[in-house]
Amino acid sequence: MDGTESLLRATAVSKSFPGVKALSDVHLELRHNEVLALVGENGAGKSTLMKLLSGIYTADEGEFFLNGERFEPASPRHAQELGISIIHQEFNLMPDLTVAQNIFIGREPRAGGFFLSERKLNARAADLIERLQLPLEPWSPVGGLTVAKQQMVEIAKALSYDARVLIMDEPTAALNEAEVTTLHALIRRFKSADTGVIYISHRMDELKKIADRITVLRDGQYVDTVDTAATSMKEVISLMVGRALRTDAQPEGVREDREVLLSVEGLSTKALLKNVSFELRQGEILGFAGLMGAGRTEMARAVVGADKADSGSIRVRGRPVRIQSPADAAKHRIGYLSEDRKQFGLMLEQDVNANITVSSLSELFSSFGFMKDRAMRAKSRQYVDSLRIKTPSILQTAKYLSGGNQQKVVIAKWLLKNCDILIFDEPTRGIDVGAKEEIYRLLNDLAAQGKSIIMISSELEEVLRMAHRIVVMSEGRVTGTLSAAEATQETVMHYATLRPDENPEDAAELGLELDDPARTVDGSR
Amino acid sequence: MTTPTATTETQPVAGGVSLSLRDRLQQFLAFASLLVIFVVFSIANSNFLTYGNVLAILYSTVVIGTLALGTTFVIITGGIDLSIGTGMALCAVMSGVMIVNLGVPLALGVLGTILFGGLLGLINGFNVAILKIPPFIATLAMMLVAQGLALVLSHSTPIYFNDVPAYSKISRGNLIPDFPNAVIVLTAMAVIAAVLLNKTILGRYTYSIGSNEEATGLSGIDVRKWKIIVYTFAGLFIGLAGVMISARLGSAQPATGMGYELQAIAAVVIGGTSLAGGKGSVVGTMIGALIISVLNNGLQIMSIPQEWQNVILGCVILVAVYADMMRKKQT
Repeated sequence: MDGTESLLRATAVSKSFPGVKALSDVHLELRHNEVLALVGENGAGKSTLMKLLSGIYTADEGEFFLNGERFEPASPRHAQELGISIIHQEFNLMPDLTVAQNIFIGREPRAGGFFLSERKLNARAADLIERLQLPLEPWSPVGGLTVAKQQMVEIAKALSYDARVLIMDEPTAALNEAEVTTLHALIRRFKSADTGVIYISHRMDELKKIADRITVLRDGQYVDTVDTAATSMKEVISLMVGRALRTDAQPEGVREDREVLLSVEGLSTKALLKNVSFELRQGEILGFAGLMGAGRTEMARAVVGADKADSGSIRVRGRPVRIQSPADAAKHRIGYLSEDRKQFGLMLEQDVNANITVSSLSELFSSFGFMKDRAMRAKSRQYVDSLRIKTPSILQTAKYLSGGNQQKVVIAKWLLKNCDILIFDEPTRGIDVGAKEEIYRLLNDLAAQGKSIIMISSELEEVLRMAHRIVVMSEGRVTGTLSAAEATQETVMHYATLRPDENPEDAAELGLELDDPARTVDGSR
Repeated sequence: MTTPTATTETQPVAGGVSLSLRDRLQQFLAFASLLVIFVVFSIANSNFLTYGNVLAILYSTVVIGTLALGTTFVIITGGIDLSIGTGMALCAVMSGVMIVNLGVPLALGVLGTILFGGLLGLINGFNVAILKIPPFIATLAMMLVAQGLALVLSHSTPIYFNDVPAYSKISRGNLIPDFPNAVIVLTAMAVIAAVLLNKTILGRYTYSIGSNEEATGLSGIDVRKWKIIVYTFAGLFIGLAGVMISARLGSAQPATGMGYELQAIAAVVIGGTSLAGGKGSVVGTMIGALIISVLNNGLQIMSIPQEWQNVILGCVILVAVYADMMRKKQT
């Protein structure tokens, strides 16, 4: 090894989970006094790699070096003691405690024995806060702070352990532009000859501002590390999406002349959605693409009435409808299949029969309040056969089925309810490759039978091979609607990374806030 | 000492004051309700606002108040303790068995009873923290066990302390002239509980666990240990309540106890402690306990039948909790 030893180095790291190879032979090098950005699509392995570094997971293979010395992080606390602190996307804070109490939780200064010294605690926190130049008060309860300030508390807590390596997982996902600037200033103050930052982000625009180098992962594999200054963001995106599109699988049955079944206009929610409009046609598979937090799940939840919409109108088969709950949606024959099957889609402890029939009990299987057992079983058997659900019997408990077959059970439930608009949120999440193909075939079959399908997916490749048209979202807005012919990894990614709230160029491209229409948009990306 | 944020007097006026103001407002609301109820009864019946009756109200708060103090800690961690009522009856019986049947000296018997309560809490804490049995189930089981054991140990008959007249003095004596000792005990316990909750690491981790248990664990705190300590601590209060109720009655009644847990939990909840954990205060709990006593006493004085008192108490709980939820929604 030469004289310029790296601060942190990971070599040939591999990690598998049951059924999935999350990381395979990945490298990473963080130099002193550097911000290294780590980018990749959803599922590329960024979070897994960070969890290995911070001791949450243990690597199957590979070696880690801190200042040239080999180390094996055994637990989050151990990693912290070594000087590696991680700030997760989900904060680990106690909202009812104050800033100072959170920073020094478990290490409270004592007034003697069992008694706390609130004064020493606040003084130490005030010192730290001043050193980091953070706009925080030690005695503010954390639950009352903005997300940005809560993040600062996390940072202060991490740095109070004398961190040398600070890992930040999408730190700006919930911040506005001014807050991002403050965060970046803080990061620049932190990095020094002894320290460095690993910065995970989806936001291409900010990598230019903060990152010295960018490491790209794809499908759990190392792609490349580039100097930010010498690389355009376009190049980074093409490194991220990488491989050429598979040509053997294309959307099936794409036609323009279909009748519009569901039309959503100007849908907005208090939390995220801004003026979302789209149309779903009969027998169509409409893909929804976008990065995490773009608002796709929120769109689905607002459409089926699981979340309250502030404004907007929905028409089903041409007629305006009011949908205020998923039960209303089901009356209009709209079914929503949640991305979290286990929490929202299935009763894991119940058998297949109960799961398939639960939503249709009162319409189809009850007489005077009693359940018609035999009819239920007959229907369940019919769907187990027609959807090829692999289960020893319809009386098998749902939790013992594989992910793919669980998904089919949920689909059967909605088909039995005679839904002809099906909203699939991440239909293949947690399902292994072979079973994915079966779900794809099933979706194509359903569309061919005239069912209309909305398919929300974070896997770009999956959207591209399945969707007849693709709606792309970013920051709660629809930023683009592409036909199958127009859609490529690059075009979808372009629309998915538009950030009209931060970039005037992006806003102009979308025709929003046209305060400077003379500005050209092409040169900015 | 109402909130952890308002403890040090050296704080400049800034930052979190707005939020702690809100917390103070909640306490103020509870206190204001107490005052309103008090004033209404005073106007409605001239027998209500007398020195004797106010003392009677305080006196009748002692048992529920003592139970509620310990339970406040448990509820702030996000747990629940249903075993406090029958646990108290079991402790009263233990006191009778030790002091009357076995002739254990008074002081030793009282101490033993309190420690026995701590043992019940320790078992609850073990079941909840180590065996991971949900607190509702673990303490429901303990509630039944304690109820049964109280009957078994006493052969289903009350144990009278007639031969130990000093025992009743614990509750009914007057160290301060015309002022029952029981009220002094409750006041002292409230002060101790408030100090523990606001000034010690026990209190800090109690809030921390209830606020975000996983984050507390990830911060390197032994959550299991502290949960066991909290349940054990609540158990000590069960033991003390057992002493106080048997001293008041002059006997250990094995069949009583059931129902006290719900009154104590009601006091905690009316006082603004969140059943979801993370929030709560000793002052709030004491106000909650007083609201219950004042209601019971006032309704009795106004000759409203006993049956109706629980109906009204139930409605008060609904209103108090709903008002608290509305307040939180606004912020």
